[in-house]
Amino acid sequence: MNASAKHKLRVPRPKSGVVRILVGTRKGAFVIKSDRERKAWKVDKVWMLGHTVHHVVSDPRESGTILMAARTGHLGPTIFRSTDSGKTFTEASKPPAFEPAAEGLSQRTVNHTFWLTPGTDQEAGVWWAGTSPQGLFKSRDGGRTWKPVRGFNNHPMLDQWTGGEKDGTPDGPKLHSINIDPRDPDHVYIGMSGGGVFESTNGGRSWEPLNRGCAADFMPMENPEYGHDPHCMVMARTNPDRLWQQNHCGIYRMDREEGVWQRVGKAMPKAVGDVGFPIVVSPFDPDSAWVFPMDGTSVWPRTSPGGAPSVYHTADAGKSWKRQDRGMPSEHAYWTVKRQCMAHDEHDPLGVYLGTSQGEIWGSINEGRTWKVLARNLPHVYSVEVLGIQP
Amino acid sequence: MKVYLPSPLYSYTGGKSLVEARGDTIREVLAALDAQYPGMAFRMVDEVGHLRRHIRIFVDERPEEDLDTKVQDPMVLHIVAALSGG
Repeated sequence: MNASAKHKLRVPRPKSGVVRILVGTRKGAFVIKSDRERKAWKVDKVWMLGHTVHHVVSDPRESGTILMAARTGHLGPTIFRSTDSGKTFTEASKPPAFEPAAEGLSQRTVNHTFWLTPGTDQEAGVWWAGTSPQGLFKSRDGGRTWKPVRGFNNHPMLDQWTGGEKDGTPDGPKLHSINIDPRDPDHVYIGMSGGGVFESTNGGRSWEPLNRGCAADFMPMENPEYGHDPHCMVMARTNPDRLWQQNHCGIYRMDREEGVWQRVGKAMPKAVGDVGFPIVVSPFDPDSAWVFPMDGTSVWPRTSPGGAPSVYHTADAGKSWKRQDRGMPSEHAYWTVKRQCMAHDEHDPLGVYLGTSQGEIWGSINEGRTWKVLARNLPHVYSVEVLGIQP
Repeated sequence: MKVYLPSPLYSYTGGKSLVEARGDTIREVLAALDAQYPGMAFRMVDEVGHLRRHIRIFVDERPEEDLDTKVQDPMVLHIVAALSGG
């Protein structure tokens, strides 16, 4: 079902100048800052050292506002909020937390908030959050207080959709990839590992699975309606009806009017495969996307295939893919790049950035043609976003 | 009553390790702390009322798991961030 266009689509214009990369890690958050030409980079800020930071996201509607999903080894999950570009952070007075379970559903507790997405331009102060285990929460006051999205968290099918605690990542099952249609704030997509992709067209009151065409070859049944493992899903800014998905079972693209995922990863080299965690799409061109393949064979090392890391880029909506590894090590580099660890800026040519589990930030300022390391020796990277850019 | 806090919670108290809070049970004392420092209780107790895995509470020097344990002055509450390295 396509959204009715309640609001005009705002297409970003190319930016220039300094880029600030917001990095969430297992041991704090960091800002990596460039010069005006994006040639020299440095670690500019260290925030909340020691906190487990799953996502750091700036508000593209409100300069200076940054939200951070964090917890520590001892303390439960919270949201930190800054309105002065990170000079100071205050903690949410009511962070995401489940209500008593609806009848027939198991009681859950939030282990951590995993994903943050700002609302549309028309909804100042609105933020969405996805948690582990899978829960959806919304704030209408800029992240100070959060309420459960009952239409999702209390859905009678939720336990069946998610498959319980066993169906999740080693860090726990997650709700991620919250994408809001910029033309209609009531039109929301989410991804769940495990669970699949789901869609709401009424602001979260009701939900439908959106997994047709997507494989779930780890399940005993053929073509299940739900139970899939989308690792990351993104919406094209210039065409919100174009969705891209890096799934456990390959790279997919959907044109929403068709309602069927197409496995465009079949065009990837067989020796590399089309398994990975992150995917990004150009903010200017819905046919242009980047992935970072990983080894998904045998016991799933989740490291770069053959120890040779590379980004792959398509400029033709997935019909063909081009290897982009100039500048990256060519052997014995066993990187893992998690689902939130790849991002782009809005410069022309586009900058693409990624963070590794070894604590390195890599970047390309020419759309992936050449790469260089921007920061080393950080903790295990959990998320990479660019300041001022819609995730 | 006097409540000693672990360093991970100092961000709520402006660096103070010792604060005062009233209550007839541990749970009520934690609620009183949350009223003074909004958000603090959820960092120690989850949404179903269970003490989080790496938080321990001592009444005087006696460890207590039951948050409904009665307390009164001049008892002292120690909230401890237990070992959870890595």
